[in-house]
Amino acid sequence: MKKIFFPLCLVAAVAFVQSCKMKNTASAVIGDADSKVYVAPGKYDEYYNFVSGGFNGQVSVYGLPSGRLLKLIPVFAVFPENGYGYSEETKAMLNTTNGQIPWDDQHHLDLSQTNGEQDGRWLFANANNTPRIARIDLKTFKTVEILQIPNSAGNHSSPFITENTEYVVAGTRFSVPLGTEDVPISSFKQNFHSTASFISVDKSSGNMSIAFQIVLPGMNLDLSHGGKGPSHDWFFFSSYNTEQAYTLLEVNASQKDKDYIVAVNWKKAEEYAKAGKGKKVAADYAHNIYDESKQTATSVIEHEVLLLDPKDCPDMVYMIPCPKSPHGCDLDPSGEYIVGSGKLAALIPVFSFSKMIKAIGSKQFEGDFQGIPIIKYEAALYGEVQKPGLGPLHTEFDDKGNAYTSMFLSSEVVKWSLKDLKVLDRAPTYYSVGHLMIPGGDTRKPGGKYLVAYNKITKDRFLPTGPELAQSAQLYDISGDKMQLLLDYPTIGEPHYAQACLASLIKDQQVKYYDINKNGNEFVTMGEKKTNVVRKGNRVDVYMTAIRSHLVPDNIEGVFVGDDIYFHVTNLEQDWDIPHGFAIKNNPNAELLVMPGETVTLKFTPQKQGIYPFYCTDFCSALHQEMSGYLRVSPKGSNTPLKFGTGDIADASTQK
Amino acid sequence: MKTLTKPGRISIVIVMLFLATLWLFPLWRIDLRAPQYPGGLSMQIWLNDIKGDVPIINGLNHYIGMQEINKKDFREFIFLPAAILLFILFGFLVLLLKKKIYYYIWSALFIGIACFSFYDFYMWEYNYGHHLNPHAPIRVPGMSYQPPLLGYKKLLNFEVLSQPDIAGWFFIGTGILLVSMTIYEWKKNKK
Repeated sequence: MKKIFFPLCLVAAVAFVQSCKMKNTASAVIGDADSKVYVAPGKYDEYYNFVSGGFNGQVSVYGLPSGRLLKLIPVFAVFPENGYGYSEETKAMLNTTNGQIPWDDQHHLDLSQTNGEQDGRWLFANANNTPRIARIDLKTFKTVEILQIPNSAGNHSSPFITENTEYVVAGTRFSVPLGTEDVPISSFKQNFHSTASFISVDKSSGNMSIAFQIVLPGMNLDLSHGGKGPSHDWFFFSSYNTEQAYTLLEVNASQKDKDYIVAVNWKKAEEYAKAGKGKKVAADYAHNIYDESKQTATSVIEHEVLLLDPKDCPDMVYMIPCPKSPHGCDLDPSGEYIVGSGKLAALIPVFSFSKMIKAIGSKQFEGDFQGIPIIKYEAALYGEVQKPGLGPLHTEFDDKGNAYTSMFLSSEVVKWSLKDLKVLDRAPTYYSVGHLMIPGGDTRKPGGKYLVAYNKITKDRFLPTGPELAQSAQLYDISGDKMQLLLDYPTIGEPHYAQACLASLIKDQQVKYYDINKNGNEFVTMGEKKTNVVRKGNRVDVYMTAIRSHLVPDNIEGVFVGDDIYFHVTNLEQDWDIPHGFAIKNNPNAELLVMPGETVTLKFTPQKQGIYPFYCTDFCSALHQEMSGYLRVSPKGSNTPLKFGTGDIADASTQK
Repeated sequence: MKTLTKPGRISIVIVMLFLATLWLFPLWRIDLRAPQYPGGLSMQIWLNDIKGDVPIINGLNHYIGMQEINKKDFREFIFLPAAILLFILFGFLVLLLKKKIYYYIWSALFIGIACFSFYDFYMWEYNYGHHLNPHAPIRVPGMSYQPPLLGYKKLLNFEVLSQPDIAGWFFIGTGILLVSMTIYEWKKNKK
């Protein structure tokens, strides 16, 4: 018996060891999380949360703290669901110098500000792939302007704004040669440049225009943020690939210990531009504006931009060394601290704006980067957050003097104090957080209640849906000393940066419907008596009205194969939430959603003879299913007379 | 002929002021509520106009074949203001002549106008709710849609509440004041 006792103990010990498991991730929720995110039926969320759509090219709107999806705003991608990019009125929005581009990669958002606080007027969005900036009107949640950025590629450090929305910026991630010269890729150092574009925003209309572009050395500008308060006149961009690699960047752009924070004095740049220090160069770019009164977008190709070269403009641009390939470049609410999040660094450097100004004054430089002075690291440094975690990407701030940095590699949010740079708390994210967001967390007046982590990897967080998964987000309560995980929810597209504002800021300014009497669309039909079908050559304009529950005209004849038919559908309703839809069989085009008081146009060029039913696609009323009609398309060259109407019943005896 | 008392004369001025509110505020309001109209719909009847969500109500009513409400279809919007205006002018006359008998006639005139107005309003509501287009998409056998003159009624998916609005209360107040002052004058007469 004793002989067997020892081996048995050994077996038991081994069995015990095998039963040890890695900690699992399902059990992180503690306390009263459920009641904190429960928004009872009929109640509203406290915040509007605008979330970039990444590769879906759209902006999604969530409510916080519930995490409920409220809307998808089409911005840089066509949206067949409501006809954005398909209707004649909106096609021009996606126009570029290379024609209509139906998609883009939408990364970052910024809400317009006045005195460093959100003012609820506009939301700016960037397109990374084909450099563009969009402006969304927060009264209608519609994209009302898109401006293309020339002399740039990879419009990543964008669309961040100055404190009074004087400018929205666009920075180059993929340096390219300026102009249209054909050069070898290997001539990167000589010929490739990044640019920092400053786009002025008209105070009342919001209309954008490129004021000037600052020409910088070839490198990758990653993210940026404008100064606040004392640093109001400055803009800060993070950079990587200051190695100036043009191939295998993952190795070749990760060699130097430090890249730079690029500090731009935009007030000075403004003066230089005014003083004629810039150079006007030819550059084509599209400027698309949706005119609310005409309900129609127009696209204009501009032909010139003003370039500012730091060589001709001293004291305009400085470099601050920052370890290592920094991503986030974030200013604290006071405007004094600049946090560079070096994604490959093991610490987070915090720079001091006042020290930077002193260093510039006393010329504490350590050389230059292609002519731009480099400030000594220590001369601008306020301090370093030691051992914060792995892969710091982005930092936002609360109202209590704390900073929160996302850690991509160690999958966590790290809370630290701006005062002594000590780490205060850590909370795991699921998984690999990219950006994080605190409502107003990049303004002078941040909130102190919620933080959302936008993760890059989802894996097992939700019911599996095949190989392609939704993205995952986590909501945290940050009101206490410890961060508390409240909610896990899927997001669509691939969220990068996001913004949130108190619902009360914009809730009551929402347009409920358009006043039909102010409808300035060229093709409006003011009432059923004005409905018409007009032929000009092979163009047929159908002036159609929609009201519960009929379309006028709903019988159209005398149209031929190959005609270009334009259905101008006017929704005559004047009540909230009574849209009508419009679609026609075999149309290789999308549908329309027409809001009350609005006119939208759908083009259809029938290729074959036949009877084509059309109908309202938005369940509008008890008689929605009856809201339909027929288009008769006769063979080309036939003599079917033009005839249209609603409610006319032919005498049966005359029919063959 | 007996002379009007001082309170009697003051009441004439008050009545004229009360009736002036008819040009400033609506007389009557009809509120409608249905699940898909969380904010409710409302229609205000003025001395010479009908305001509020009339186009929306018209849009809904076409399903059940009710006529459209149009301001120009109401002759009342012409003769009612005229009648009230004349009544006010008579008030000045009563005030000048200071005779009880004219006060009694004046009060009776008001009661006449008021009774006719309510009768007319009721009849309009009756016609509006009963004369339905026989080709209406929705026909509920035996159903009519006459809104209540005063109070609450359920009509299909809508709850309807009809009640006086600000000027309506002044109008009612006028009636009460005139009747009670007539009694007051009558009693003073006997002493």
